[in-house]
Amino acid sequence: MMLNMVLRRIWIGLATMVVVSVIVFIMTSILPGDVAQIVLGQSATPETLAALRAELGLDQPAYIRYFLWLGDMATGDLGTSKAGGAAISDLIGGRFGNTMLMAGLVAAISIPISVILGLWAAMHPGTWLDRTVTFGTLATISVPEFFIATLMVLILAVNLHLLPSTALLRDDMTFFELLRGLAMPIITLVIVVSAQMIRMTRAGILNVMNSPYIEMAILKGVPRQRIIVRHALFNAIGPIINVIALNLAYLVSGVVIVETIFAYPGLAKLMIDGVQTRDLPLVQACAMIFCGTYVILILIADVGSIVSNPRLRHPK
Amino acid sequence: MNESDKQENQGMDKGQDVIAKLDKFDELPDAPPKRKLKLSWVGKIATAIVIFWMVIAIIGPFIAPFHEMDMDGDDSFLDAHSNEYGTFVLGTDYLGRDTFSRIIWGARMTIGISLAATFLAYAIGITLGIAAAVKGGWADMSISRVNDAILALPSIMLGLIAIAAFGSSIPILVIIAGIIYASSVFRIARALGLDIMVQDYVEAARVRGEGVWWIIRSEVLPNAAMPLATDFGLRLVFVVLFISSLSFLGLGVQPPQADWGSMVRENLAGLTYNSWAAVWPAFAIASFTIAINLIVDDISAKSGGSLAKKMV
Repeated sequence: MMLNMVLRRIWIGLATMVVVSVIVFIMTSILPGDVAQIVLGQSATPETLAALRAELGLDQPAYIRYFLWLGDMATGDLGTSKAGGAAISDLIGGRFGNTMLMAGLVAAISIPISVILGLWAAMHPGTWLDRTVTFGTLATISVPEFFIATLMVLILAVNLHLLPSTALLRDDMTFFELLRGLAMPIITLVIVVSAQMIRMTRAGILNVMNSPYIEMAILKGVPRQRIIVRHALFNAIGPIINVIALNLAYLVSGVVIVETIFAYPGLAKLMIDGVQTRDLPLVQACAMIFCGTYVILILIADVGSIVSNPRLRHPK
Repeated sequence: MNESDKQENQGMDKGQDVIAKLDKFDELPDAPPKRKLKLSWVGKIATAIVIFWMVIAIIGPFIAPFHEMDMDGDDSFLDAHSNEYGTFVLGTDYLGRDTFSRIIWGARMTIGISLAATFLAYAIGITLGIAAAVKGGWADMSISRVNDAILALPSIMLGLIAIAAFGSSIPILVIIAGIIYASSVFRIARALGLDIMVQDYVEAARVRGEGVWWIIRSEVLPNAAMPLATDFGLRLVFVVLFISSLSFLGLGVQPPQADWGSMVRENLAGLTYNSWAAVWPAFAIASFTIAINLIVDDISAKSGGSLAKKMV
């Protein structure tokens, strides 16, 4: 039963990816018009236009181009960049690793912080601590990522001289140097991502606290802390896994801003440069990678909540 | 005054009498509580901030000490000081322009574009959402599936792809943001529409023989209005963040026009000299978005209508 449900989710995920690829393809290959015309300019003769169209495969109907493009993507041939003509897979290679390194470090730091702070706030609802956390996180999620980044630079790098104001990344760095070099982008992202996770963890636990068995435990005289740790937390694990995966998905958009502001050589920076120069093949490839990661994380969230919830595991 | 006008006037007087009588019922001990918007002091301050920025957005260019493109400072990244041209309250930016004036000019750009995009999103979302709910079947299925796909992607990614394809100008920005955020309005409008369409009063209207348009206009829209209005603030915050993030990336409003997001980008280099030129516009965005969120929080904490919040 459970396997069926998980398989169903995976199918839905795959279907979403197909629709996403169609959207990306339509927006980048069909709507902008004739690429051959754009490349050659207004003065091109009809013969050279036709030759370039044939070379690029533009004389084929759109659906055939779509399947060719999808096949190339699936086999790892991401095409060539319009700027400089380098193979896109070469451009992306190292950049992807850099972005994953940063995302991994952010996840490793922010998940424990958020679960603990969320729990703590839920244990003491209505106290000044809870109110500080609630207001602070609301403020954080309402401001743009670059606001937090600029504040961090101003405080930590310019006034206190604690950290470098841009990201530093070299191959020969020791682990400590690496942490220091990446500290600014990581701190910014941890703040952005944790705020949402703390709020949702707190809300998840307070939600469980409204259920009848918790009322029973309260009436029995079990202390509040014990109720939360022994009763509420286990039932909130499903929602919390969900929250974590969803927020790592939000990380995708945070990364775009943070890599730009700190000049971090990651995939998002590559994509922004591609958008600025309107290098469509490069944008297509990066967009597919980001959207794919996003869909996979959402899928993990769905599967996690099915596996952790007996009622979803054994639907009537 | 002709005959029919008089009759109408009398009718109105009668109506007011009835309303006056109804008001008396409120004084009964078990009268239902009045649906009145009461804000906490935090909510009141937040409302004042939002109204302040709205007013600045409208009258800004008339009260700003300098034009947004005036390069009056003798040097870039100056601290607040006076020179023969006037006073730079918040210092100057990287081209020696007055930061204070540019924030005032930028309010119109940032808030104007965001409001336009949010209204567009509402127009598209409500039209399609109610249509899907009322029509059901094949139309509902196809609109909903496309909508799910748009919702399944990070909005900034969609924005980046669209700008790579179409380039960036103010109308394009409004249309892109309007379409992307229409998807979440659609979801709420459709859910509300489905909910209302199965109510007894809609059934009664159908039996009475009212047409689809009448039902939509007189039953569905008025009942969906309040939850949708609560959601408007949240949606506006997302759109402001979206637009200013794109401007910050250099893909939104193009210089030399003042916009809060692009002002942060332009003046980033000044941070190293401890210039606040990049921080002030960021503060402006933060004060606007936090204030809206606080108002929405206040309203949904007081009223039961938390549907919009749940569906975010």
